[in-house]
Amino acid sequence: MSALPFLPDCRTGAIVNSEVFAPWEDPQAKPLIQFQNVTKRFGDFTAIDNLSLDIFEKEFFALLGPSGCGKTTMMRMLAGFETPTEGHIMLGGQDIDPIPPNKRAVNMMFQSYALFPHLSIWENIAFGLRRDNMPKHDLEDRVEEMLRLTRLTQFARRKPHQISGGQRQRVALARSLAKAPKLLLLDEPLGALDKKLRQDTQFELMDIQEKTGTTFVIVTHDQEEAMTVASRVAVMDQGKLMQVATPDRIYENPNSVYVADFIGDVNIIEGRASANGENTYQIDWAEGQAPLTATSANGFAQGQACHLAIRPEKVTISADRPADAINAVQGKVHDIAYLGNLSTYYVELPNGTIIKAQTANTRRISRRSFTWEDPVWLSWTATAAVLLVD
Amino acid sequence: MRRAFLIAIPYVWLLALFLVPFFIVLKISLSDIALAIPPYTPTLDFSQGWAGIKDFFSQLDFENFIWLTEDDLYWKAYLSSVKIAVISTFFTLLVGYPIAYGMARAPVEWRPTLMMLVILPFWTSFLIRVYAWMGILSNEGYLNQLLLWTGIISTPLTILNTQTAVYIGIVYTYLPFMILPIYSALERMDESLIEAAEDLGCSRVQAFWLVTIPLSRPGIIAGCFLVMIPVIGEFVIPSLLGGSGTLMIGKVLWEEFFSNRDWPVASAVAVVLLLILVIPIVLFQRNQQKQTEAEQ
Repeated sequence: MSALPFLPDCRTGAIVNSEVFAPWEDPQAKPLIQFQNVTKRFGDFTAIDNLSLDIFEKEFFALLGPSGCGKTTMMRMLAGFETPTEGHIMLGGQDIDPIPPNKRAVNMMFQSYALFPHLSIWENIAFGLRRDNMPKHDLEDRVEEMLRLTRLTQFARRKPHQISGGQRQRVALARSLAKAPKLLLLDEPLGALDKKLRQDTQFELMDIQEKTGTTFVIVTHDQEEAMTVASRVAVMDQGKLMQVATPDRIYENPNSVYVADFIGDVNIIEGRASANGENTYQIDWAEGQAPLTATSANGFAQGQACHLAIRPEKVTISADRPADAINAVQGKVHDIAYLGNLSTYYVELPNGTIIKAQTANTRRISRRSFTWEDPVWLSWTATAAVLLVD
Repeated sequence: MRRAFLIAIPYVWLLALFLVPFFIVLKISLSDIALAIPPYTPTLDFSQGWAGIKDFFSQLDFENFIWLTEDDLYWKAYLSSVKIAVISTFFTLLVGYPIAYGMARAPVEWRPTLMMLVILPFWTSFLIRVYAWMGILSNEGYLNQLLLWTGIISTPLTILNTQTAVYIGIVYTYLPFMILPIYSALERMDESLIEAAEDLGCSRVQAFWLVTIPLSRPGIIAGCFLVMIPVIGEFVIPSLLGGSGTLMIGKVLWEEFFSNRDWPVASAVAVVLLLILVIPIVLFQRNQQKQTEAEQ
């Protein structure tokens, strides 16, 4: 299966001419979905803890978090299978709490796909349309359109057990899109696919989302998937939202150590901050080590405990101390993780701290500059790191 | 050699336990009644050699089968048996399906207990349980006492020795055969299918008819056959609970055999019964085969 030639991604601003899609920054924009102080308890267990969130029309919104963080509960509340214990969920300005699942303009793509095994692919896609008593001719057109959109036309007469996992995933998508819902929920939609197929399908999902203009909410524990497909990502932990932002902001400007650590690879250095010019701080972090310098728009008090988060790819590794480096530490190579295109060097500092530095393998591996036990310098700029409170 | 042996096992099994007994019965059905031991003639006498065998075959005829068509008792009994089997299968399904559904929806830790409760009656003799129903259904029985005591009726209902009693007895006895296959079909069903149906616009009731029933259909079919096939030939329940008014082929067969001592006619009745049963058995096998194919 090949990925569709996908359109340039306007969400990240790749198309300069068209306006950047960012309704969350527009105070006039009306959200499609509003969680208003929603709490959900199962007995003593609080799955969702006083959570408020706005999701806008045409967004591809990702709920990301470890298992048990409440992301699936959020989705099931949107679908109508659970009702909030406290608070309200609004869809297009209407409180949907009393509306049963079959009356909501919301459709869901299930993690298990939940295709009806006794019905053909065609009948599976037509299932929801038949419930609306759609005229026969319109129904046939709509099913054919969905089959074309998901490239399943030649499988229409087969039963779900006669097609592959990737095809089943597309049937589930076609079935949930057939009724043209205001909101489509995707529960770990790509979880059952292997990595290669998953990557192709991610682009297909984005493509279909753009073509149909439907608002998508996706639940996933795979941060790479969330970053790839979503216009905004909500990182959740223990029933709370940790951060809601665009993928690049989540990655570049995490608001907490939890988010920085959850998304991608990161070095966390604990220390104490002291002001050192406008928005610039000096961080004392270890005995006998020169203080580090980092910029931050957040104010820090003199001597306040802080965490410095640096992505490994923003750390430069070199044999000699770079002359102009503002932050430089010396250590020796403890370990090397070779990933093919990248290598991650685990550099041990004299005090035992390990800092990861990642470089692209632009040369053949036999010509690699560093090997185990080599003394090296690590350096990064003042803006490379993010200064966090906790 | 080893392979031939393995292939031979089912055939030997079939031969020894089905075909040989069947041909013995068939042979008797083609014989004539006689006041002798055994009570039919001819008997095969190998001491006469080839002439004896020829003589034996020349004496066989279809007289008894012709007799079955001449006396309307027999076809009425067959028809009545099939009718009772169909109706009681329907009632068993009506009672059994909700029980199976409830079991499949019960919390997982309860299911073995519920399963146990369904199987438990098998631990006592079938005969004793049918006798117990006589005590419950008779004019002075517990059911009438209860209904009189609560004031629902003023005169005792006559249930015992009617077809109603036969239906009650059959539904009670064969209920587990209906519940177990339906339960196993429902238990395997993915709960998210119902949620998906609701999500796509079904009410609870619609989701039940459009998803739950079609997906439990193999279980329903298996359960219906498992009940209907033995009920057609049922003898104990109609003779204990049905009284003289209930005509079933199993009872006719018993009377021909033991009251009339007419083994040839009884055998002819049995052969025809078997031919009637072959139809549902073949259909049942086909259903099972289709199901296994679908699961692969």
